[in-house]
Amino acid sequence: MSTAVSTARRQGWSFRRPSVIPGFGLTLGFTLTYFSLIILIPLLALAIRSAGLGPEGFWKAATDPRVLGSLRVSFVTALIAAGVNVVFGTLIAWVLVRYRFPGRRIFDAIIDLPFALPTAVAGIALTAIYAPNGTVGWLFAPLGWRIAYTPAGIVIAMIFIGLPFVVRTIQPILEEVSHEIEEASATLGANRFQTITKVILPSLTPAILTGFALAFARGVGEYGSIIFIAGNIPFVSEIAPLLIYIRLQEFNYVGATVIATVMLLLSFALLFAINLIQAWSRRRYGYGN
Amino acid sequence: MEVRVQNVRKEFDRFPALHDVSLDIRSGELIALLGPSGSGKTTLLRLIAGLEMPTAGKIFFGDTDASEKTVQERNIGFVFQHYALFRHMTILENVSFGLKVRPRSSRPPAGEIRRRALELLDLVQLSGLEKRYPNQLSGGQRQRVALARALAIEPAVLLLDEPFGALDAQVRRELRKWLREIHDRTGHTTVFVTHDQEEALELSDRLCVMSQGSIEQVGTPDSVYDQPTSPFVFGFIGESSELPVVVENNELWVGGRAIGVPAGDAKPGKARLFFRPHDVELIEADASLSGVVTTSRRVGGTRRVELAIGGEGQHVEVDLPFDHPAGEKSRLAFRPRRWKLFPAA
Repeated sequence: MSTAVSTARRQGWSFRRPSVIPGFGLTLGFTLTYFSLIILIPLLALAIRSAGLGPEGFWKAATDPRVLGSLRVSFVTALIAAGVNVVFGTLIAWVLVRYRFPGRRIFDAIIDLPFALPTAVAGIALTAIYAPNGTVGWLFAPLGWRIAYTPAGIVIAMIFIGLPFVVRTIQPILEEVSHEIEEASATLGANRFQTITKVILPSLTPAILTGFALAFARGVGEYGSIIFIAGNIPFVSEIAPLLIYIRLQEFNYVGATVIATVMLLLSFALLFAINLIQAWSRRRYGYGN
Repeated sequence: MEVRVQNVRKEFDRFPALHDVSLDIRSGELIALLGPSGSGKTTLLRLIAGLEMPTAGKIFFGDTDASEKTVQERNIGFVFQHYALFRHMTILENVSFGLKVRPRSSRPPAGEIRRRALELLDLVQLSGLEKRYPNQLSGGQRQRVALARALAIEPAVLLLDEPFGALDAQVRRELRKWLREIHDRTGHTTVFVTHDQEEALELSDRLCVMSQGSIEQVGTPDSVYDQPTSPFVFGFIGESSELPVVVENNELWVGGRAIGVPAGDAKPGKARLFFRPHDVELIEADASLSGVVTTSRRVGGTRRVELAIGGEGQHVEVDLPFDHPAGEKSRLAFRPRRWKLFPAA
């Protein structure tokens, strides 16, 4: 990757790069068609539909207090969940990569289950557990902490579905970060804490960022599991995807597309920023080539 | 700093990697641990570093017992085969890392750290690259950064694990010469591991030849090369040819013919004759080793001839100058100029 980047720099931008494998036109054509059919056209339709309101109408619909409230709930909870996932996902990846213990493979396979489980099932299970009379919820009930039917419940559901993204992005990079650099750090006199904070974590940063971005994106877009646990109170625990659904049921299609468009723009801006940081750090440190 | 390895044994999950090894490393010397893979040389180096703990035995740094000390406390410089540089740090940050992580009480001020790191980069001839990242350097440059980084902490001992193993031949030769110069200038006690005998012979003050978890021989490159004490060392250091012989009447016999080589004080019976392919003289006498040329190929300035000797068709190699007329013959007779006799296994 780094060589591709450096040649591109030396020669300036070029449309076509020589390759031993023919079929550049065909593959690019296929890619563009596929990309258009699956991603671009639906998104464009969304934008056109919402643009039907005109700039003023769009602005009015987008700044509706209930819409803003739901967007805030969605983005704040998704950020918190992604943050929590990054910390514990890194920890889990570390344990899976560095230690050998009985049942490691099973544990490793379980990580992927949130990918496969229907989200509604996850939502109902989580609600049952975290409800005030649930297996875990009753522990917190006497303290006055309610988890299900509050934003905390939303965060829990998002953590559940986002975890595999973090673990699976960090795991391979952690395997690649050689044991030798830890030893090098130790021979230079660094203690365990310094080795982790100054050597290992910085080398994982690009992977952690990717994991964060993926978990965040998944969390923002999540619908199925959250509506069961959230309580869905407007301004408190009503997420944007749910509000879209409500608008659709009111036959307010334009209103729905406006919320969706705003969500898309916000997510895209965030993901794009994270991608830029990542590309920059990769180019510099040469990880992931 | 003098390093004493005393009766050290190391097992990995019951698998013995080192059997009862003892070695005295003198202060300021450059010693090579040489052996094939699996000989335990890297294990010994890692034990000295404290990256592994011995199953039994002790390691002394000077008069202090270092066996129980952690890697961090031993203050050693370690250079890894694959550099193990910190990729997210600049070259300067890499080199200053060891000083920066010291506790505040023993950490030099930031300006001093920077000055020292730059000085070391100058020593390893990488001035001007301090702002680069490891990714932007060549293999040889990276290994020099790794060395500067190890030297920055003013180590008691410098340990190098196959430092040139990942580099191509030309860079290796260059770095070898250069490492020797650095050693002569800084005077650190240095132990390096290699499986390349040429590298060990050229670079080290003393060699420690290892095989199967034990030390076979320790000595200067010349003494190890000239007086190998075991068939393994003879075969491993330098080129060698081996021939089964019989000792009788104070002479060596091959295939029922005396070969004109005195047996010295060797016991009568079967023995193994070792000699260097280049250390032979061609002669026209009956009492000689003679054989049929099976292959002959030129290697640079010499011609390597393979001969089948005796009724059992033993193969030995002999080196001739590439333009020697005997290189054209189909039969050659020679005697080793120097040789070594070991009892038959």
